[in-house]
Amino acid sequence: MVDSDCKKYLTLSGLEPLVVTPESNFINVGERTNVTGSRKFLRLIKEEKFEEALSVARDQVEGGAQIIDVNMDEGMLDGVQAMTTFLNLIASEPDIARVPIMIDSSKWEIIEAGLQVVQGKSVVNSISLKEGEAQFKHQAKLVKRYGAAVIVMAFDEKGQADTYERRIEICKRSYDILVNEVDFPAQDIIFDPNIFPVATGMDEHRKNALDFFNATKWIRENLPYANVSGGVSNVSFSFRGNNTVREAMHSSFLYHAIKNGMNLGIVNPTMLEIYDQIDGELLERVEDVLFDRRDDATERLLDFAETVKGSKKEDLETIQEWRNGKLQDRITHALVKGIDTYIVEDVEEARLSVSRPIEVIEGHLMTGMNVVGDLFGSGKMFLPQVVKSARVMKKAVAYLQPFIEAEKDGKQEFAGKILMATVKGDVHDIGKNIVSVVLGCNNYEIIDLGVMVPPEKIIETAVKEQVDVIGLSGLITPSLDEMVYVSKELEKQNIKIPLIIGGATTSKAHTAVKIAPHYQNTVIHINDASRAVTVVGDLLQENNTLYKNQIREEYNKFREQFLTRGKRKEYLSIEDARKNKYKIDWEANEIVKPKQLGIQVIEEFNIQKLEAYIDWSPFFRSWDLHGRYPDILEDEIVGKQATELFVDARELLKRVFDEKLLKAKAIFGIFPANTVNDDDIEVYNEQGKVQNTFLTLRQQLKKRESVPNYALADFIAPKKTGIQDYMGAFCVTTGFGTKALAEQFEADNDDYNSIMIKALADRLAEAFAEYLHKEVRTKYWGYASSENLTNQELIAEEYKGIRPAPGYPACPDHLEKNTIWKLLDVEKNIGVKLTESLAMWPAASVSGYYFGNKEAKYFGLGKITQDQLKDYANRREISIEQAQKWLNPNLVD
Amino acid sequence: MNRIKEEIQKRILVLDGAMGTMLQRHSFTEEDFRGKRFKDYPSPLQGNNDLLSLTQPEAIADVHRQYFEAGADIVETNTFSGTTIAMADYNMEDLVYELNFESAKIAKAVAEEFTSKNPKKPRFVAGSIGPTNRTASLSPDVNKPEYRAVTFEELRKAYKQQVEALIDGGVDVLLVETIFDTLNAKAALFAIEEVKEEKNIDIPIMVSGTITDASGRTLSGQTVEAFLTSISHIPLLSVGFNCALGAEQLQPYLQRLSNETEFYTSAHPNAGLPNAFGEYDETPEEMQSYIENYLKDDLINIIGGCCGTNPEHIKAIANVASKYKPRQIQVVA
Repeated sequence: MVDSDCKKYLTLSGLEPLVVTPESNFINVGERTNVTGSRKFLRLIKEEKFEEALSVARDQVEGGAQIIDVNMDEGMLDGVQAMTTFLNLIASEPDIARVPIMIDSSKWEIIEAGLQVVQGKSVVNSISLKEGEAQFKHQAKLVKRYGAAVIVMAFDEKGQADTYERRIEICKRSYDILVNEVDFPAQDIIFDPNIFPVATGMDEHRKNALDFFNATKWIRENLPYANVSGGVSNVSFSFRGNNTVREAMHSSFLYHAIKNGMNLGIVNPTMLEIYDQIDGELLERVEDVLFDRRDDATERLLDFAETVKGSKKEDLETIQEWRNGKLQDRITHALVKGIDTYIVEDVEEARLSVSRPIEVIEGHLMTGMNVVGDLFGSGKMFLPQVVKSARVMKKAVAYLQPFIEAEKDGKQEFAGKILMATVKGDVHDIGKNIVSVVLGCNNYEIIDLGVMVPPEKIIETAVKEQVDVIGLSGLITPSLDEMVYVSKELEKQNIKIPLIIGGATTSKAHTAVKIAPHYQNTVIHINDASRAVTVVGDLLQENNTLYKNQIREEYNKFREQFLTRGKRKEYLSIEDARKNKYKIDWEANEIVKPKQLGIQVIEEFNIQKLEAYIDWSPFFRSWDLHGRYPDILEDEIVGKQATELFVDARELLKRVFDEKLLKAKAIFGIFPANTVNDDDIEVYNEQGKVQNTFLTLRQQLKKRESVPNYALADFIAPKKTGIQDYMGAFCVTTGFGTKALAEQFEADNDDYNSIMIKALADRLAEAFAEYLHKEVRTKYWGYASSENLTNQELIAEEYKGIRPAPGYPACPDHLEKNTIWKLLDVEKNIGVKLTESLAMWPAASVSGYYFGNKEAKYFGLGKITQDQLKDYANRREISIEQAQKWLNPNLVD
Repeated sequence: MNRIKEEIQKRILVLDGAMGTMLQRHSFTEEDFRGKRFKDYPSPLQGNNDLLSLTQPEAIADVHRQYFEAGADIVETNTFSGTTIAMADYNMEDLVYELNFESAKIAKAVAEEFTSKNPKKPRFVAGSIGPTNRTASLSPDVNKPEYRAVTFEELRKAYKQQVEALIDGGVDVLLVETIFDTLNAKAALFAIEEVKEEKNIDIPIMVSGTITDASGRTLSGQTVEAFLTSISHIPLLSVGFNCALGAEQLQPYLQRLSNETEFYTSAHPNAGLPNAFGEYDETPEEMQSYIENYLKDDLINIIGGCCGTNPEHIKAIANVASKYKPRQIQVVA
């Protein structure tokens, strides 16, 4: 025997390998995708409900099955077709296809059909000498040629082996033929020496279990490299209906079978008691039967069975059953399920079991969080669940903190240190917080510098703390340039820390074209939190050069492609664009004079009114759950999570309403207005004097014939028509109170609700804007007094007139906010401030204009060229450099 | 029968480089592809490189010659698309046997010419068996995940025909390469076993998979180890990787393969990753230095090049390979 003998283990594969070594203990084969064993699965296949049938398979894999058995042997099914279809479907589901398949049929043609559609190394279940040697050899040769392992039943021409002697005789003969004549690899042979029922009352069944154990032991000792398998539930067949006894029998049988060398098998994990927890008397009577230890063993077990019959476990008990698990299992369960009820108690128990409290974090808690991380990474957990897990984790850590500090030197070992910041001038942090929480869950130490962080502070902290990765976030467009600035500064100071870019307005294109060229180290754009973990993991792996080079390469390529694409676009000069403006026939157009001109402030507003106006879809998007509300609640993949999240959101919303936790304020004004010089809108006071001028920007991309180049000014009548037109401006907020609430939640280590309250405040602000717009349309301005739209129709913008906001596609110029603030005196009236980057504070605020003309529509400005930039700088009376800074994202490169 | 099994124990064998890159240098026109014989063929034929074995046999022989001169021990036949499935694009299913047979003969003649000049360095011909243009375990239609554009049976039959023709044409070894779907490869291996049994011969088999990107998996989703497990039921001369990645990117996967397998190992990577214009621009020197890392780490028995490589690359590779010993393997008792 040479060294390489140690490699002669049964090795199977799906998308991933499965090596059955002596250390792998016992390989559990999932059995629910078997039409002969599961009525539910049969029904699903018959009714061609393949999605549900697949979820049965997925449950098996998630439940720990290392191989899944697929059987389509049913009279009413076309077995070949059913096997082919189902295995093809499994191949399209990576989370199922990662494990090997056991192709299970008594019909060779079904087995062969299965073998022709699996790319991995599967197991054939089964072949035997039942039909004679010739057929056995033929099938074995084909199994080998198809590249599968095989289960060999202890069955020959004379029948099924039912004694110890017959078992070993047939297995020996089968083995010799396979190994010597077919040249079948011995490690690819799996014997099934027949598990038969015991305690049937028939004498010839008394040794069924014992013979199986002994035959198993003989096979493992005498037939080198061969494996042993069996279907365990057969053994308890005579106790159907009495799960207490059956579970004990399965558990005990399995325990002894494994000890004798059975190394894989079909077991229903829900029908298995924990061996150590079987009632002592029951165990004794079960084992008397299994080992045929007394003549009255069967009677005694039957007597015992009478006493436990019907004592079905209560539902409540099964819910709390996880509380009976081992300490680690309980902690893992609590983390995975996000249950914080018992975590302090469990953590205390863990703390007493270790020498240093830090070991609980590094051991128990990290073990659990790794499970969470894996589930999340493989798409089996969703963001809200992970944040809930984090809540439990934080609670546990907070409990341990005093003990760790008492120890002084206690230091937690982190996987890496990540600096997170929302850049200068920007106040939006929902996305950043989600990424921080998710990374925190994955054992990264997060240094969160908060919002509006100046570049000097980012760099100083990065250097001082020796962070491994810097994450920059931002939502408003000026943040894009701030990020460019930060990257240039980092480069200037010769810093070599990978940079991660994220936030709603960021994009791979912007990152590749505008940021990456300025910074030598890695720059990556991440658009959702789930990717953050993999990206950071890849960045921090020991040998990350390959990954970093790949990223650099990818971004370089992306940039080249992007730039070459950009060049093909044609732009009009601003003069020509103005000639091609959107022309309203002002003579024929109806302009409604507002019922009420001037400014109005809404101070005390019943925020509960807004509930009906909430557009929930973006709320789910902020949690990385994609889909349209309300369909998302029924969504196959994220529906369950979305529903849970929705329940939690409604609960918090109710608190907000009941306890008046948030304050809503609004200001708006409607004024006489006219367009001058094509693109400017003059707003007049009561005396008809120019009070403010809004500067709009015009599309310059060359359009096809008859498609105009829009500017918002096109929707207001030009002064020279002599027609008096009107426009409005507004600002709403629901953000007062958010910060205090979020801080309160954070102090309680409840990131989940801290993020939730901010997300809800954002939704309420949008709802308020929607609500106020409706009030303006139907009452204050009154041009649509007969309008009657549902919330869905409002969301779909089916009303007349628009309310574009500075900083958004129709008007990317944030400087317009200054004009609105002056016109309405927003800060003084309702307290909403503008930061230096012109973000609104509190963040849950919306501001914009009202255009009432029925021809007004939303559009995107797109890119503009240098001539308009110059023209704009003149109109705004600022330098070209300043203008460039503010409009940079919209300038043609 | 086969000296390749002796030679592979003595030294690292060098496989040739890209065929397509070399043929592009000729800028063959539609007319050149057609030659006299297919002057009036109803379908367009430009781009059917395999057909050049019939219409421009000298050009094909010349490519083989250049690679042997550069130091290759093994050249691949010009048959990457030589199955009825791949030839269906040109309505040339009926020509499959002839294409493979003639391609094998062309390569074999050049190999023998070189072997007779220097009998101490025998040269070999590997029958190139490509993946076809269809996948047996992936659906081309996302809305019909259970659908397959090709079945195992169809693949098995197509491969069998190709294999028979290659063997009849005199190849020394069969190379099942650029495997992006392991099930396709299993069908090819199944066909080879059938032919071996029917002809009662033994012929060495090389298997070469393709790791498509940094996920470290094949296109059909298998890890290196799962891929290896899925094709190791047939006794192989070698197992390895080619295409998709450059030599540098391929190394970690080769390392894992080399750790796990008891077969000899092979690699024929691309000349780096394609640049923004889809061209391969890794120089022979660069590629040589990456491959030297394989050799230092004792990973390789057969080494060559795929997309973008030319005789200069192979020369550089052959030079450095001659300085190292081949990877040692434990032969199972």
